[in-house]
This record gives sequence, structure tokens and C-alpha cells, in this order.
Amino acid sequence: MLDAVWLIPALPLAGFLLLTFAGKRLGEPWAGWIGTAMVGGSFLVTLVVFAGLMAEDEHHRTFVQTLFEWVPAGSLSVDVGFLVDPLSITMALFVTGISALIHLYSIGYMAGDDGYARFFVYLNAFVFSMTMLVLGDNFVLTFLGWEGVGVCSYLLISFWFEKDANAVAGKKAFITNRVGDWGFMLAMFLLFTSVGSLQYTEVFAHLEEFGLAETTAMGIALLLFVGAVGKSAQFPLYLWLPDAMAGPTPVSALIHAATMVTSGVYLMARVNPILGFAPDALDIVAWVGAFTALFAATIAVAQNDIKKVLAYSTISQLGYMFLAIGTGAYVAAVFHMVTHAFFKALLFLGSGSVIHAMAHEQDMGRMGNLRKYLPVTSVTFIVGWLAIAGVPPFAGFWSKDEILIHAWSSSPLLWVVGTVTAVLTAYYMSRQVFLVFFGPERWRESQTVAHDGHGLTPDHEPRESPATMTVPLVALAGLSFVGGLLNLPFKGAFHLERFLEPVFEGRLAHLDVGTSLQWGLPFVVLGLAVCGAAVAWWIFVMGRVGRSTVEPELLEHGWYYDEAIASLVDGPGRAGATLLAEQVDARGVDGAVNGVGELVRRAGTALRVSTSGYVRHYALGIAGGAVLLLGYFISRTGF
Amino acid sequence: MTVEPSAYLMVGAVLFTIGAVGLLVRRNALVMFMCVELMLNAVNLTFVTFARHFDDIGGQVIVLFVLVVAAAEVVVGLGIILAIMRRRPGANADDITLLKG
Repeated sequence: MLDAVWLIPALPLAGFLLLTFAGKRLGEPWAGWIGTAMVGGSFLVTLVVFAGLMAEDEHHRTFVQTLFEWVPAGSLSVDVGFLVDPLSITMALFVTGISALIHLYSIGYMAGDDGYARFFVYLNAFVFSMTMLVLGDNFVLTFLGWEGVGVCSYLLISFWFEKDANAVAGKKAFITNRVGDWGFMLAMFLLFTSVGSLQYTEVFAHLEEFGLAETTAMGIALLLFVGAVGKSAQFPLYLWLPDAMAGPTPVSALIHAATMVTSGVYLMARVNPILGFAPDALDIVAWVGAFTALFAATIAVAQNDIKKVLAYSTISQLGYMFLAIGTGAYVAAVFHMVTHAFFKALLFLGSGSVIHAMAHEQDMGRMGNLRKYLPVTSVTFIVGWLAIAGVPPFAGFWSKDEILIHAWSSSPLLWVVGTVTAVLTAYYMSRQVFLVFFGPERWRESQTVAHDGHGLTPDHEPRESPATMTVPLVALAGLSFVGGLLNLPFKGAFHLERFLEPVFEGRLAHLDVGTSLQWGLPFVVLGLAVCGAAVAWWIFVMGRVGRSTVEPELLEHGWYYDEAIASLVDGPGRAGATLLAEQVDARGVDGAVNGVGELVRRAGTALRVSTSGYVRHYALGIAGGAVLLLGYFISRTGF
Repeated sequence: MTVEPSAYLMVGAVLFTIGAVGLLVRRNALVMFMCVELMLNAVNLTFVTFARHFDDIGGQVIVLFVLVVAAAEVVVGLGIILAIMRRRPGANADDITLLKG
């Protein structure tokens, strides 16, 4: 059963090729159904492979399938092969599962769009790249997937490229990610020079046998972390993610919340044997994660765009995952990655349903009381809200609190940062729910009929979305509800920690916390989070405080970080580039090239005199040359 | 009566020099051609002399090769000269300076 693993990426690839050439002809809705079927099939194959892996002995759950040699170059040999172990199959399961649901949702969401078939071409290409990233058995193949998802992300962010802002957002995402990719590549070079292989199993076996110098390990770990920071939108490279919301909402759910942005976390978990040799790098990872979590949460409290709130929330939750990685709680990171994928995909799809019902209005200030019109969307959205806010027994409670306990065990200061973030999370998510689903119907108050091209009128009646959109919502709501079962802190039948343990072995952090604290701390966090939600109720439903007092412009503009980077790039950055282009390139590089050309031209002019065109002149040249050669040899031999 | 090898070599050298000088000073393409043949056969004579002197069959073999190459060269060369003669009267090599730089 394990041999079927190659089908996991092959099916979306087949869908991609089929839709590329025949998508337009198939048209709506068949192109969508074919794309969905391919990814659904990929999910079923993943289930089969998972069953095959479970049938193996607990400590021999590593399976490598090599298809062919891809890059033979001296001592470097890169295969196209797949590594199936508990970590990669966990990731593959939720990636393909959620992708299938979001494909299904897109059939309804993209209905009537001009680029309907093109959308599914990109989505299938994305799933192919993502599964290659996850299942690849070496760094190069992971990097191939890494770049592939980057390209798909770019194409999908600027999907509606007729609008200039969308195209710019796509470019921004792509260019920001290049900074991270640079780190990934350098890490690969460094790893190859120090270990001599790029295949995961070989590298890890080598590390186990010979170890790794701490400075080298630190260099590789931090360079890989640069890659992860770019892809997973951590500080300071997070600023592409809020702009990425320009893409269609299913894309935001799939790529910019559930799957692609978690690949940085996955990479860090994958290379945990390297991190094991670099304890200092782990501290940096933990603090960058904690800072990002708090920083993004403070921005999220003042956003008015329904998707921007979720975007900053995603950055913040990814910060949690890096916090977990940094404290050695790899399982907690993977656990939160899975539950976050469930509830964040749910929240994004829910917001997409709202946007769909509100005729593409995204400003929460023009929504309200939608629970009356969108029963399925609002119930499922509220499930997502409870899950992300960390209310038991929803999934987010279990995963977030596992991270926080590990943070406490590592350093109480990290716990404080994490807890403040949790309170802010509860606050801004409650704010969003209250603004969208409760309160007055604000779009009726507005007298402007056409608001930047949207057809939202005071007598607008929002309508619930079609079944293709609500079925995924219900499925994801169910998963967000029971997701915690994966890793309950009790002795259960299936325990994610026991399943993943062979991947991490002795590198997992052991909890250094008493039982009472282990049970008490989550409820302290819960109590504080409920307070946060209550404050949101007090402000936004009861309307006790004006919104402008709790939402300063500083936070609405994200601490002006984006503006600062923009002016840095536009000011000194542009000046530097101009200097390079006009002085160094035009005069230096071009001068050298033109100089060589001029030299050759002048030498040619000087030498053309020698070619008279008379045969006898050439014959004389030959004869003279022969005489000279003869003279030379005679003088050498002393004839 | 035996003739010294040096005599043959001298004849070869004289023939070669006549051919080389003729090639340089004459303008008629056909004459220049004959000069080239003269040089080739001067060399052939030298080869045969040495082959005889050192009792080495290699020199005679080379002569056969030179003869074949010379025949081929004559075919190509005369072909070119004929083609030129069709376009212009006379066979003055100095009139054809198309490769002038």
C-alpha cells in the first residue's frame, strides 16, 4: 500500500495538465469538478498510504520510494523520491484533505468568473507542488515544491490581474519570498559541503553517527529559518501576507492560511535533527515566533477588512507554531498546525461566504446582523471563532494550550507573551464575529448606493451560499470541533505525540511542570481569553466605547511597518539601484564591454593593410614563414 | 656509374627554388600552377632520394600520396581557373583581389 505514494502528487499533476490543455473546452462547472476529483483522489491515496504506514511496526515507520535519478552531478546525486514517515504523512493528510474541501468550495465561489478553468489549473498545480514539498525525500525536491507553491501563490494572488493593486500584491509576495528562498539555498549549500548529501535519511543518519559542529549547525538552522520566516510570514518578512488577501478567498483559505504558510513550520520540524545541534538557534526561533505572534495580534485588533483580520491572525498563529518549535515542542507545533488548518480554513471560507453574500463587500463596518440571513455560515463561523479563541472542547484549546505549557516550561516570559496574544486573539476574533454577525444591519444605513463598484444597496438582502460552499464549511466546522481528539492529554487510542515520537526521538522537550500547573495554566489562559471576548462584547455589541478610541491609527496601519519598508525601498533603495544602473552598469560594465569591442575594431583596422588580396603576397608570407621556421629549427639543433 | 645522393638533392633544391620564385613573380594563373607542380615534384625527388639512401620504403609511399593530392589539387585548381576565365579574359592572378581587406 505504501508503494502508491507517488500517486499523491501525480494525480493533481495530471489534473493540472488536463485542465491546462482542455480546461477552457470543459468549461464551467466540469473543469472545477475534475480538479476537485483529482485532489479528492489524492486524499484517498494518502489515506491508503497512511493505513499502510500504520500497519508497520511502530519504530520502522520510514519508507523511501525512489522513482529516478534527477540531478547526477559529481558527488551530488539528487533523486526524485518520496519519504513517508509519521511527520510527512500527517502533513500530507491535512494538506490533501483541506485542499479537496476548498476545491469543492471554489466550484461555487468562482461560479461565473471569466477565469474559472484557469483558477483550477493553478489550484491543482499548487496541490502538486505542496505535496512534493511535503513528501520529497531530499532538500532539493522540497525546494522544488517550495518554489512551486511560491509561483502558484503569486499567480493566485494576482488572479484578477486587471486590477493594478492585485498585480502589485502578487509581485510583493513573490519578491519578499525571494529573500527567504535565498536563505534556504545557502542552507542547502552549507549542508552539502559539511555533510555531503541532501537526502533526508542520509543526512540524519550521518548526523547521528558523526554529529555536527555547533557553529555549522547554527548556520544551517538559521539560514533555513530565514527561508521559513519568508514562507511562513514571520517578522520581519510578514508584510506580503496581508496584501496577499487580494486573491480570491478560497486561495486565502488554502494557501495563505491552511497549507503553504505552514510549510516553514514543517521544514523546521523536518530538520529537527539539525536543530538538535544548535540550541541557540532554537532560542532565536522561539523569540521571533513569540514576538510575531504578539505583534500581529496587536495589528489585527484594528483592521476593518474582514480578510485582513484573518490574515494578521494567521501570522500570529504561525508565530505560536514557531514558538513551539523553538521550545522543542515539535509535536505541539504540528498539532497546532493541523488544528489551525481546520479552523483558519473554516474562518476564511466563512468570510468568503459572507463576502459572496454581501456582493463583494469586505468592510466589516458595512456588515452586521448577518446571522439572520446566513444561518449555516454564521453557525460554522462561530465554531471557528470558539476554536481559535481557545474555548474547550474545540480544537484550538488543546493545541494552543499545549504550546503555552511548553513555553512556560521553557521560560515564563514566553508564556506571558503567548498568553497576552491569546487574550488579544479572543478579543479581535470576538470583535469580528460581533461586527459581522451581530448588531445593526449597517449596510442599510449607508446612503451611497454604489460603493467603489460593489452593488451593495440599502435594500440588499444577503442570501446563503450554495451547497458546494456550505458543505465544506460544515465539514471543517466538524473538524474544528473534534480536532483536539488527535492529541488529547489523556491516554487515548490515537495519540499524535506517540505517532510522531519516532521522528523527533530524544529532541522533544520534556515538560518540567507540575500536574496542578499543567491543568491550572490552561484555565488561567481561558479565563483571560473570556475576559477579552467580554470586552469585545462590551465595546461592539453594547457600544459603550467609541471604536476610534480602541482602534488607534497606529495599529490600523500595522505600526507603520509596511510604510517604513516602502519608504526605505523607495528612498535609499531606489537611489542605490539608480546609482548602480546609471553609473556602475552604464559606465563600468558597459564601458568594459564596449572597450573590448573598440579595441578589436581598431586592431582590425590596423591589420587590414596586410591583406592585399594578391595571391603572391600570401605565397610570400607562407614562404617567409617556412624560412623562419626552418631557421628556428636549424638554430636549435646547431646544424 | 653511381650518382651521389647529394646531386639529386641539389637538383631538387634548384627545382624547388625555381618553382617558388616563379610562383612569386609570375602573374599568369596557369604558370603559377605549373610552378606549384614544380615545387611538389622537387619535394618528391628529395623524398625518393632519401628513401633510397636510408633504404626506407616510407619516402616512396609518401611520394604516391603527394601525386594523388597533386592530381586532386589540379582538378580543383583548373576548375576554378576555368570558372574565372569564363567571366573575364586572360588569367591574370593580380586582377582577382576579392579578399582585399
